[in-house]
Amino acid sequence: MSAGLLDAAAGSAAAEAGQAGSRRPALRVAPALAGLFLLFLLLAAIAPDLLSHTDPLAIVPRDAFRPPGWAHPFGTDQSGRDIFARIVHGTRQSLLVGLGATGLAMAAAIGLGLLGGLCGRVAERAVGWLVQVMFSFPVLILALLFAASFGNGIVPLVAATGIGSAPGYARMVFGQVLSVRDAGYVEAARALGHGPLRIVRAHVLPNAMRPLVVTATMGVGHAIMWASALSFLGLGAPPPRPEWGTMLSMGRSFVANAWWLTFFPGLAIVLTMLSTTVLGRALQRRLEGRTA
Amino acid sequence: MSGKRLVVERLCVGFGAGAAHRRVVRDLSFTVEPGRAVALVGESGSGKSVTARSLVGLAGSTAAVSAQRLSFGPHALRALPEPGWRSLRGREIGFVLQDALVSLDPLRPVGHEIAEALAVHRWGTRSGRRDRVIELLREVGVPEPEFRARQRPDQLSGGLRQRALIAAALAMDPGLVIADEPTTALDATVQAQILDLFGAIKARGSGLLIISHDLSVVSRLADEVVVMQAGRAVEQGPTAQVLGAPRHPYTRSLIEAVPGTHPKGTRLAGLGRGALCPQPREPERKPAPVVLEAIDLLKRYPGPDRDERAAVDRVSFTLRGGQTLGIVGESGSGKTTAARIVLGLVEPDGGRVTLDGNAWVDPGRIVERQRRGRRRAMGVIYQDPLGSFDPRWTVGRILSDALDAAGVPRAGQDGRIRLLLDRVRLTADHADRLPTHLSGGQRQRVAIARALATEPRIIVCDEPVSALDVSVQAQILDLLADLQADLGVAYLFISHDLGVIRHVSDEVLVMRHGRVVEAGPVETVFHAPRHPFTRQLLAASAAA
Amino acid sequence: MSDTSPFPTAPAAPPAASPDRLHVLARRILSRCLGSVGVLLAAATVSFLAMHMMPGDIVSAILGGPAADPTPQTVAAAVREYGLDRPLPVQYGLYLDRLLHGNLGTSFSQHLPVIAVLRAELLPTLELAASALVLAWLLALASVLGTVRRRSWLSALGSGLETVGAALPQFWLGLLLLWLFAFTIHLLPPAGSDSVAALVLPTVALAVPLGGFLAQVTREAFEIALDQPFVLTARARGLGDWSVRTRHVLRHALLPGISLSNWAVGALIGNAVVIETIFSRKGIGRQLVLGVSSQDMPLTIGIVLLVSLTYVVAGFLTDALYVLVDPRLGARR
Repeated sequence: MSAGLLDAAAGSAAAEAGQAGSRRPALRVAPALAGLFLLFLLLAAIAPDLLSHTDPLAIVPRDAFRPPGWAHPFGTDQSGRDIFARIVHGTRQSLLVGLGATGLAMAAAIGLGLLGGLCGRVAERAVGWLVQVMFSFPVLILALLFAASFGNGIVPLVAATGIGSAPGYARMVFGQVLSVRDAGYVEAARALGHGPLRIVRAHVLPNAMRPLVVTATMGVGHAIMWASALSFLGLGAPPPRPEWGTMLSMGRSFVANAWWLTFFPGLAIVLTMLSTTVLGRALQRRLEGRTA
Repeated sequence: MSGKRLVVERLCVGFGAGAAHRRVVRDLSFTVEPGRAVALVGESGSGKSVTARSLVGLAGSTAAVSAQRLSFGPHALRALPEPGWRSLRGREIGFVLQDALVSLDPLRPVGHEIAEALAVHRWGTRSGRRDRVIELLREVGVPEPEFRARQRPDQLSGGLRQRALIAAALAMDPGLVIADEPTTALDATVQAQILDLFGAIKARGSGLLIISHDLSVVSRLADEVVVMQAGRAVEQGPTAQVLGAPRHPYTRSLIEAVPGTHPKGTRLAGLGRGALCPQPREPERKPAPVVLEAIDLLKRYPGPDRDERAAVDRVSFTLRGGQTLGIVGESGSGKTTAARIVLGLVEPDGGRVTLDGNAWVDPGRIVERQRRGRRRAMGVIYQDPLGSFDPRWTVGRILSDALDAAGVPRAGQDGRIRLLLDRVRLTADHADRLPTHLSGGQRQRVAIARALATEPRIIVCDEPVSALDVSVQAQILDLLADLQADLGVAYLFISHDLGVIRHVSDEVLVMRHGRVVEAGPVETVFHAPRHPFTRQLLAASAAA
Repeated sequence: MSDTSPFPTAPAAPPAASPDRLHVLARRILSRCLGSVGVLLAAATVSFLAMHMMPGDIVSAILGGPAADPTPQTVAAAVREYGLDRPLPVQYGLYLDRLLHGNLGTSFSQHLPVIAVLRAELLPTLELAASALVLAWLLALASVLGTVRRRSWLSALGSGLETVGAALPQFWLGLLLLWLFAFTIHLLPPAGSDSVAALVLPTVALAVPLGGFLAQVTREAFEIALDQPFVLTARARGLGDWSVRTRHVLRHALLPGISLSNWAVGALIGNAVVIETIFSRKGIGRQLVLGVSSQDMPLTIGIVLLVSLTYVVAGFLTDALYVLVDPRLGARR
């Protein structure tokens, strides 16, 4: 029936094969670098002392505001604390916040998505509306509102970031569940006489969750950024402990003459975001490559 | 019309560089004279579409096109720079693709598209172009052209939008029209009208290059045929000679693979190689018992204006054991909905279905839970097998899932999977493959194996060969015939293709707008149709 | 070919009768309105619950935060007005009633009615959000039109820049811009909200990440549209590459980005919170931070409701724009 289109597809596939020759190596380098950076972060989170021997809390007034140099690769802050050490020691906190918030958001989203997709027409419409509304509502404002109600600290920070980013995931899970529910293989399973529980377990859940792996990978980076934004606004971790967002917030007052106070913690956030994005994309390509 | 001829000599097209280089078209030569039609025929991957694109300079930036000679009238096309191509495209050479729903910009009114074809070549003034658009639409047989010009492709029927697409290609009165599968997505009756339109274009003096996989299209339109296989022309010459007395075995197998000209029970694939093994079936002395009966099926769907429209309107039929009931109709005739009702996947608004004499579908009385245990008696094969497989599962897992449904214990499944694969002529090592890595024909075999896993008495086949190349289609049809002979399984066979229906069916049901317009034994319906629509359908289809 | 076509006319599609379309349109608008009321109600409810979940005494939250020292009389008056001695549903009802009458209470951190604060602060934020949205789209379009499916290094550069842009946190970008353009080369003012020059840096800080994101979405749609058969048809008509991209492909590629505009406006207003803080701009974002950090609940709720309202309006505009670009009404549901 579509012999012509197939022909065309063969042509364009050939065309792609031709282009990929020059492009593919670059694509593989980026995920590798991203993975390496994330491994480095993991190491910093588990054993920060391996990467930096300097005490991140040691106050050395005579060393205040040292620009980046041999002794202090990222410089020092207003109290003479080593910024590199503070970033390394802050990794654990930032990563935990990112992972925790993502986990929380995913759990809420999966619950909501399954409820909407599998529990009848009323639930479907209600969840559809809720997800649509909440998705467009500003994450930061939602999170701020919750941060305001929960008070300061790490747990409220995780909760606020998680709740703030849950709608995005929920929208995706919901859409996935809906599309998988109507997929040809679900109908084929019904026609074979399989019961609804088996179909949900064997087809709907795994297939609807698969693209979530990608989104969650990218989401950790975003959660770290949102949490940093909240910390930056003074709603995150209490100051003495090193955390990227808090460091940015502290350094803000000195941005006119000590750029490194804000530059490096921010760079850590950017690189984390970039790495999770690149890795997530690579993951996505692999998944699509298997199914397409 | 200035008479310009297209001359193609030793055309080669390749993709990729170095070791990855793949030649898609090799040493192809033909000539299109003004007022004559040449057809490139072949299956998917034969390079016919790439050829068509190369002739308008649109094979893509990665394509390496070379030829000894490539010219259209006074224009040398070989190594023509892009601006040169641009002034030729549309003005000298018109290009028509299949399915105007996606070949015309879906966001714009069709009138704009046609006007654009004029404006690109700076034809006339804005208002002059507007008048010309109406005139062109009228010429290609679009009624109410002023109104239609303002509509988008999705607001037009398949035939009308294909006419609009052709009008855009004809706008500058080109000396050559290249049409790539121009009738492929259309219903048979509409297809016939579009073919007549192309005949008129030819009669006007334009040269015509038709790319098609469909031999009936070719035989109606082309003066000359080029049969392509894997990028090469295996046979070419006047249409009557090539199709009437094919010399190359590939051409012969293509022609013989077309169903409809052979009675049921004849093999389609392999005839050309001389391996004739017809299995004429014994005429049934006493009628087999009825396995499936549908009575007054009714299904309504809300239409766009909230009026209810009956997709299936009081449809009744019976299917006897070991026989095939073909349901034929055009798109929107309700044949697929009827099949889904029979499968118990769509609850009808009225009517009932019995399976082996017991109630199977009966709204209000039978619920899905009661059907579930009996579902193994009925299998199903879809047009798109890939969509019916879980993308994560290997062939083995897919079959084992079906064996679970049949109640086969896990311990015995491996052997059964091997048997099933063998039944559909696949090897045991296919069990470890993912369906995405199989060809279209292999996927459909896996789907058949899955349907067989529960040892059903009935298999519902919903357009099972429509997406396949004709040679693969022949193999699948042969396989289905063998299975019926061996296992005595009954088929409810749905297709838009009269040839296929005629080849596989014992009884036929012709559907239109949700209703059955004609029913009866296959030969009666095909030889002595009573309903005018059946006659129209038969006339439109080359299989008649 | 003669005018009297020799071919039977194909069965025509049902002509799109205008009453039907109006009917569909009316239904859509009605359901949108109901949805909007729902959004506002949801925002009000969430705010109400948040207020009740806040740590500390609710009376002091209403009357001036932890630092306030209200007299017993004022406390009694507040308890009566807000129904604090009555069950929660009654309090909720009273709260909604006050909202309906436009009574958002008094901001104690500003010593002004909340309505007055909002009125003064909304415009600068909208100004910032609008300019950032425009710049973000310009950046996205430039990147997509300039680099998609061009030379492979150019495509890679474009998509790389988009990825990096989308990964930049607004607050960090804002600080960097501040350091570079305001403090190091003294080109632009570091703070303020009155001049156009003061709008530049905050706009860029907001627009670059959003632009990166919109570009990614648009790029993907652009690539898909480029592979559609209608593009081939347009080229075969003699259309040049640039015309194909701008007249046919772009319109299709814009659709996903447009359907996200609603979200984008929300994201801009949300991120304005940080940007207004960094650049000391007037605006509801900065007020929100002040409100939250001083536990000024009336102000916080007022701003959340205002943002919801903005979001509702943006939703209407998004829908209208979408239908304008894609006239296939009902393509989205």
